[in-house]
Amino acid sequence: MDKKRKIVQTTAWSAGAGCHGGCGVLAHIEDGKLVKIEGDPDHPWNQGRLCARCLAMTQYVYHPDRLKRPLKRVGERGENKWQEISWEEAFDFIESKLNKIRDEYGAESVIFSMGTGRDIGAWICMLAYAYGSPNVMFALSGLACYSPRIAAVTTVQGDYCIMDASQWLPERYEDPRYKKPECIVIWGYNIPSSCPDNVFGHWIIDLMKKGTKIICIDPRLSWFASRAEHWLRLRPGTDGALAMGFLHVIISEGLYDRKFVEDWTNAPHLIRCDTGKLLKANEIDARQSADNYVVWDLASDQPVVWDTELVEYKAIGVRSVLSGNYEVLLADGTKVICQTVWDAFCQQVNEYPLDRVEEITLVPAKDIKEAALLYAKSNPAAIHWGEPIDMTPAITPTTQAIADLWAITGNLDIPGGNVISRYAFDAVAYALPGAKGTIKLKSKEIDKKRIGVDKYGPIGKFIWRAHTDLVIDQIFSEDPYPIKGMWLQTTNPLAGIGMDPIKWRDALKKLDFVAVVDLFMTPTAQMADIVLPATSFLEKDSIRSWWIPLQTINKVLDVEECKSDAEINFELAKRLDPDFKYNTLHEVFDDILKPSGMTFKELQEKGWAFPPEGHPSTPYRRFERGLLRPDKKPGFQTPSGKFELYSTLREQWDLEPIAHYEEPPFTPVSRPDLAEEYPLILCTGRRSAAFFISEHRNIPWLRALDPDPLVEIHPKTARRLGIGHGEWVWVENWFGKCKLKAKVTLEVPEWMVMAAHGWWFPEEEASEPSLYGTFRSNINTLIPMNSVGKDGLGSPIKHMLCKVHKVKGDEV
Amino acid sequence: MMERKNTGYGLLIDYEYCTGCHTCEIACAQEYKWPAGMSGMKVVESIQELPNDKAYLAYIPCPTELCVLCAGRTRKGQKPACVQNCMAACMKYGQVEELAKEINKPRMVLWVPR
Repeated sequence: MDKKRKIVQTTAWSAGAGCHGGCGVLAHIEDGKLVKIEGDPDHPWNQGRLCARCLAMTQYVYHPDRLKRPLKRVGERGENKWQEISWEEAFDFIESKLNKIRDEYGAESVIFSMGTGRDIGAWICMLAYAYGSPNVMFALSGLACYSPRIAAVTTVQGDYCIMDASQWLPERYEDPRYKKPECIVIWGYNIPSSCPDNVFGHWIIDLMKKGTKIICIDPRLSWFASRAEHWLRLRPGTDGALAMGFLHVIISEGLYDRKFVEDWTNAPHLIRCDTGKLLKANEIDARQSADNYVVWDLASDQPVVWDTELVEYKAIGVRSVLSGNYEVLLADGTKVICQTVWDAFCQQVNEYPLDRVEEITLVPAKDIKEAALLYAKSNPAAIHWGEPIDMTPAITPTTQAIADLWAITGNLDIPGGNVISRYAFDAVAYALPGAKGTIKLKSKEIDKKRIGVDKYGPIGKFIWRAHTDLVIDQIFSEDPYPIKGMWLQTTNPLAGIGMDPIKWRDALKKLDFVAVVDLFMTPTAQMADIVLPATSFLEKDSIRSWWIPLQTINKVLDVEECKSDAEINFELAKRLDPDFKYNTLHEVFDDILKPSGMTFKELQEKGWAFPPEGHPSTPYRRFERGLLRPDKKPGFQTPSGKFELYSTLREQWDLEPIAHYEEPPFTPVSRPDLAEEYPLILCTGRRSAAFFISEHRNIPWLRALDPDPLVEIHPKTARRLGIGHGEWVWVENWFGKCKLKAKVTLEVPEWMVMAAHGWWFPEEEASEPSLYGTFRSNINTLIPMNSVGKDGLGSPIKHMLCKVHKVKGDEV
Repeated sequence: MMERKNTGYGLLIDYEYCTGCHTCEIACAQEYKWPAGMSGMKVVESIQELPNDKAYLAYIPCPTELCVLCAGRTRKGQKPACVQNCMAACMKYGQVEELAKEINKPRMVLWVPR
């Protein structure tokens, strides 16, 4: 039996399971068809486990509604009238449309829009950059998913980091270098089907079984909340205040790692008390560089320069002070009083005594103190955070506060702490425009036209994307230049990540040319002129270096005429760029993999590979070992070479350099006027085990697990509003309303409702005005665009206001 | 079909760690090609209110009338589909008497399906 069956190993990433991927899977193939899929027991990532979405792949791959051939629109946009065409015709059509826009308006007039971080970033950049447009866009307001956290952490420590669950080590938990965290802070993260930040969520379960304690920060009674040593049920959007409260406890109890603070942070650097800005070396000596900073040296009782290029003091035997005020003689002969960064930081932290934090967050001061003490006294301790950190306009100061926690407790890049995460072997597919990397813009000059690059510091420096909110506005304003086309790939903003989806629909309708690449028709695809059929992960070759190990995705089958995102973009890149230097897609893979010393074929034979000990992409304590900086000196890749409690870049960008709390724009505190009519806090985005964002509503096994768009309401609130379990309700605010089904549950507090996101109904009428019913139950109709943070990042997605009322009989 | 005898085998589930991911339900549906909504496993959500405004959220995987303990798989030395893929690795298949000896912590349940 099973004679014809072959079992092929590959990596799950993107279309199919939909997630951020990494799992090793075994695909069972008979006569070229997928008959079964299971977790690969030998794979170090998931060790044989697999989630419901991946296990439903047979229903996904052979779904009757899969797009099979390119479709060209023959009616009006939204009429659902299509004609099948060949790939050759499709490529010719797209080429002529894109060439026409480029000739008349410039390549920047086409936006290349993608969804969340699956196997698309490299390929959409490859196409956009070959065409000549710098405007690659992630379609979420304020880019409020992950890249803000990456940017914010990189701003202060030069590299991103994540919870250490031994994922860097082939032997995992058994590796002698590894130490399990004594405690993990689960900060706004819930486990079902949620593998964000390129961690496998259930690694946390593995660690809990080994004794790791949990501190859970979540307004919902989540799975972790039920099992935590301390559950801090905070008001959504107040994470920054809570983190400041943690810092307050740790500093006032003296539980910080003084040696790390003195040696590896810019705590000793001097700040001028008159300007509040860092004292630069050229201010005390005109011959010195403005990129260097100054400390007060106890040994010589005078200021000494910290040289950021040499990453050392310009004197020997320096004993820098951490605290105190010092009078410094400036080059112009005047004197100025300076304080240390540490003192300024502590003053900021002292603004958050626990009674004030309790008032802001609604978490009892006693609980905050006990939780902060557990975190600080655990050695090691890790923090694992989720999307709520990004989904608030003050994302960067909030992230700074949390990053300060792992830094000052000495938990950075140590076993079982928060470990710096880099692409395996430094095999980088796509880079910041102009920077190193296989796929990049042809010149930095082109990047100047990227929308938002000049307005928002982190967008210019750390995020290679156009600013979403500005792009949508510019479609209507055509200022400073018109936008004429949009290429949408792996994204469905009308039902998924588009805030204010009606505005998105109108924006797409205004464009001369819209192309969508997807596996199924979607509300967004209905706005397109041409729709191209993409593959699932089982139908393509690709690579994954996010973060470790380095993996290949291996093609195991074909479905109709579908092509992978990479193949589609490769073909068009060749057509649109006469200088495109690759002949085959595998040449691109080989180029990306070059730093690993392996070709695609060689890596494919191994399946996955871990970088060796001593490689910059593998831990631990790399800042001590000179493995983080290009010059191989100890320290971090920040402007100061230190972890920055006071951000030099934020100072340059005219933003508050130190962590703090900002009240979000639409809360009962900031808008009591609105809260009178809309008294409930509206939180969105809790995960479903069955779906990934707007995907999988058409997969029968999965839909049966979670058939309706739910809103969770506390029993007392439901009783007060006359709402019964399972009844349809309107969730409404001053931006819009949507119809959801009430789940009356203790999971949410009385003052909050939690609405499911990403809903559309593939079984309903496709054409307008229905568009698969997406505007009826789309919670994003209650959330605006353009409420982003001061640095352009973050959006108030998890803390709006609303009222809830029962749907009347004639509205059902 | 032959009448199935009590084989003396069962499933030991440490429901403290079941996260409600529904993997077991879909793993079973895939193995036996059940139509949507049918499976040999069903994960039940339980939220118990506790004193002092607390509550405990538990998920309990229950074998259903469709569970055959993956006789075909286990004969070949494989784990049942639900056990193999369980994301929390909180399920174990074996002889009931042996599994009973492994009940060494709270929040466990030993199932002997139909």
